[in-house]
Amino acid sequence: MSVTPFIVLSAILFTIGAVGVLTRRNAIVVFMCVELMLNASNLALITFAKANGNLDGQIAAFFVMVVAAAEVVVGLAIIMTIFRTRRSASVDDASLLKY
Amino acid sequence: MISTAIDVLAAEGGHSIPLVEPTSAGSLALPLVLVIALPAVGAAILLLGGRRTDAWGHLLGTAAVVGSFVCSLWLFLGLLGRGEEERQLGLDLWTWFATGRWEVKLGLLYDPLSALFLLLITGVGALIHVYSIGYMEHDVRRRRFFGYLNLFVAAMLVLVLSSDYVGVFLGWEGVGLASYLLIGFWQHKPSAAAASKKAFVINRVGDIGLSLGVGLMLVTFGTTSFDEVSALTSGASAGVMTAIGLLLLLAACGKSAQFPLQSWLLDAMEGPTPVSALIHAATMVTAGVYLIVRSQFVFEYSDTARLAVAVIGTITLLMGAWIGCAKDDIKKTLAGSTMSQIGYMVLASGLGVAGYAFAIFHLLTHGAFKANMFLGAGSVMHGTDDDVDMRHYGALQKAMPVTFLTFAMGYLAIIGFPGFSGFWSKDKIIETALAESPVLGVCALLGAGVTGFYMTRLMLMTFFGPKRWEPGVHPHESPKVMTFPLVALAALSVLGGLLLLNDWIVTFLAPVTGEAEEHHLPVPPILISALVVLVVALGVALAFVLFGRREVPREAPTEVSFLTRAGRNELYGNEVNDTLVVGPGKQLTAGLATFDRAVVDGGAMGTAASIGGLSQALRRAQNGFVRSYALSLLAGAALVLLALVVVNLA
Repeated sequence: MSVTPFIVLSAILFTIGAVGVLTRRNAIVVFMCVELMLNASNLALITFAKANGNLDGQIAAFFVMVVAAAEVVVGLAIIMTIFRTRRSASVDDASLLKY
Repeated sequence: MISTAIDVLAAEGGHSIPLVEPTSAGSLALPLVLVIALPAVGAAILLLGGRRTDAWGHLLGTAAVVGSFVCSLWLFLGLLGRGEEERQLGLDLWTWFATGRWEVKLGLLYDPLSALFLLLITGVGALIHVYSIGYMEHDVRRRRFFGYLNLFVAAMLVLVLSSDYVGVFLGWEGVGLASYLLIGFWQHKPSAAAASKKAFVINRVGDIGLSLGVGLMLVTFGTTSFDEVSALTSGASAGVMTAIGLLLLLAACGKSAQFPLQSWLLDAMEGPTPVSALIHAATMVTAGVYLIVRSQFVFEYSDTARLAVAVIGTITLLMGAWIGCAKDDIKKTLAGSTMSQIGYMVLASGLGVAGYAFAIFHLLTHGAFKANMFLGAGSVMHGTDDDVDMRHYGALQKAMPVTFLTFAMGYLAIIGFPGFSGFWSKDKIIETALAESPVLGVCALLGAGVTGFYMTRLMLMTFFGPKRWEPGVHPHESPKVMTFPLVALAALSVLGGLLLLNDWIVTFLAPVTGEAEEHHLPVPPILISALVVLVVALGVALAFVLFGRREVPREAPTEVSFLTRAGRNELYGNEVNDTLVVGPGKQLTAGLATFDRAVVDGGAMGTAASIGGLSQALRRAQNGFVRSYALSLLAGAALVLLALVVVNLA
């Protein structure tokens, strides 16, 4: 089994996610892009685990999933609260915490 | 216990240099402790007791010193009752401190030298305490004054009784403190406050000499107690002995107002007159002479140091006499005279074993007659509303007969009128000086003539001639409590010469100062005495012509000779100090302050300011936009990756 296609896919997904985080203003979309980056890295981890024939990468992927799930709970709650108070989900609008 | 050690023969002189070898004080231990403890406790009660002690403070203070005098007499009689070999009593109190190789013990040494000082300090001290009861009667801070006086007496007794140089240093600083407090006693006067500071600072210069000298002893001998040092000095190198001797001389110059540290004494007259009498005439200023005579086991091993002592004494005796001639302030004239007389003592102590006893003899007679005259001056000031200008006196012998008569006794003593105490003591010094060094002897002889001149001038301007009183001043005799000490001191001024009967004082002091061989003068001593009297008579006659026959102007003449102008300006001692020390010192401090501001502060503040400015710029990065943070995060990650790649490829 060749790892290259999986890694290329993982890189493409990661890049899409990163560009999304940098360019989109909507917090929900940014959030989804972050998830995309996490899952791209999961894909890379599992690919290498499979290639190496051990379970280290898969276990790491599980950890990433758990963290991502917890992050979703907290992140969505924050986004909800910001939207409720400011009537906007734009990340650029929430810029009060600065110099 | 009888001393067994062999006295060391001095290489050059051939005479024996006595060692300090105290025997047990035995039954005299009690008065030996009491003599210091009484005034010390008195000072503590008066200074810590506050206003509660106001009503009876002066009586307690006087009683403490009188008690101390009784103890001194008790000790003195005890000492006379002992054989000559047993006349050095030691009393170890406790170990003051021990550090590594050095151990400094606090102990007392009572020998003929201390004995005479004890009698002088407590005797004159007691009389001056009595006098002060009257003199300070109207001062609201009288109790504090007596507290300070008691403190002074206690410190002075520590100075002369301590058996260790470190103990001497303790007393030395104690009398310096008391002197500072008492010169500035009328601290509401800026001149008094400045004078006390000046005395304190100039005395510090001398104290540096003492502390360095003691330190050098500690390094050289490993000990500072008199007995051990005196046993070790014969083995030390001449250079070290000269260094120690010169450092001790510096200390003596500071405390005894000798050239070049003389300028504080005239300003010290800002203090109350009893202070001038006790501290700045009779006792504290003679501490330098005590130090030199006590350290004879140092000076005997260094001709250079001894010569320096004699030269400094001669310079000061002439300077003091010169200043005394030109001053119109009665206390400053007496202060110049004090400088001059202490110059005689220092000269005598610089003459070595032949002069030590006479230095102490003159110190004792001077203590009596100068205290007498200072108290007399205080009595005159008391009667003339604290006027000190002699040009405002005149004709006081009728208004103040007791003061006049007692002052006259002091006057006759100081000029060396035959039979009076000063005649014997000064005559001996001049005689010894002529025998040891003709140049110094002639200077001392000249000084005696000038003494006759300025003291006659003082007498004539104060007590004789027409009245030149300030309007509204009605001179009157002082109360009995003030005249009694005058009478007692006048009696001592007259009879002080008895100490020389059968060379008693020389023999008595021999265990401390050593025994001198006979001098062989080319002329008999009686001729020298006659010569001294003749020179003094010339000075007196000159003063009589200048001030007794002519009208004394109420205002000091401004058109005067250079000699008078220099004398009035204290021989420009202050100007010399200003030019040589104060000016450069000020410039140095100004330079250091500028350096501190520009370089040290500039460096610290500059660093802080540049870090602050950088932070101001950097905090702009915290712009609140999450996406820009994300970008920098990404850029950082990319940078790390790049670094890894580069490192791995390299």
